[in-house]
Amino acid sequence: MSHTFYIAMSYGLTALVILSLIGWVMLDGRARRRELAELETSGIRRRSATHSAGETR
Amino acid sequence: MRPALIVFQKDPMTESFAITKFSDLANPTRFLALTARILPWMAGITALLFVIGLYLSFTTEGDYQQGDTVRIMYVHVPAAWLSMMCYTVMAISAIGTLVWRHPLADVSHKAAAPLGAAFTLIALVTGSLWGKPMWGTWWVWDARLTSVFVLFLMYLGLIALNRALDDPSRAARVSAVLILVGFVNIPIIKFSVDWWNTLHQPASVVRLDGPTIDAEFLWPLLVMAVAFTLLFFTLHVAAMRNEIWRRRVTAQRRMAARMAGKEE
Repeated sequence: MSHTFYIAMSYGLTALVILSLIGWVMLDGRARRRELAELETSGIRRRSATHSAGETR
Repeated sequence: MRPALIVFQKDPMTESFAITKFSDLANPTRFLALTARILPWMAGITALLFVIGLYLSFTTEGDYQQGDTVRIMYVHVPAAWLSMMCYTVMAISAIGTLVWRHPLADVSHKAAAPLGAAFTLIALVTGSLWGKPMWGTWWVWDARLTSVFVLFLMYLGLIALNRALDDPSRAARVSAVLILVGFVNIPIIKFSVDWWNTLHQPASVVRLDGPTIDAEFLWPLLVMAVAFTLLFFTLHVAAMRNEIWRRRVTAQRRMAARMAGKEE
């Protein structure tokens, strides 16, 4: 394959950026989910969640 | 009572809501319920398309002049398309913020900005890596390259602006105005190769008279373009979901602080 360095760098850097994005979105989601669960266990709920009988809004 | 098109099970994170019409998705809670269902499918189809696209990218023939460097096109062009599509999605969301003042529109353009910056960075870096062996230079300040670099700076500016303002709805309104003003750059990027004399080649896929590249290169390019587009929407939906959760955490912590203040 000609110009292997340029092709490998292009695909390698693209993979690095995309995997970093996926990792960031996943870790961010996991952290927010954990925070919401902690708030839930300490008895702090959304106003709509405490008022609703389950199915409304 | 109207029949529900989609009914979701109750979950503490997403809650239960029936989606009976398209506008119901504008409700953040219903949006969360939908994301829980569709995200695994979107991620799965994206991964499958990338497997097919990468297989085609490395098994099809090289170009008679450019040789194997033509394979750089299969990541460079989809990333460049997405850099413009992401900004267009942000501009539509910005209209949602300014006209309907909808919080989901605020969340949409805030969540899209880092994704747009990432895809623009990929387009710039892979373009440079393709330019060196084919043009003999890493970079030239021609109209196409410069306007894409300006787009990258605009994404960074919007990310910084969103982080600098504490009030999310105020940050959304200011960002929305800037996004719409900056949208003028999108047609400039698209037509820069026609309006000015550039080192970058003119369009060879999206043209009125049809694609001018051989099917050997067109197929891997189109599959990779669909894979990149689906990846963007998967990440965008997930990032929007994260942003809605972040806002809920902030609101609930504020409520807890108020309750604690009353008890004292």
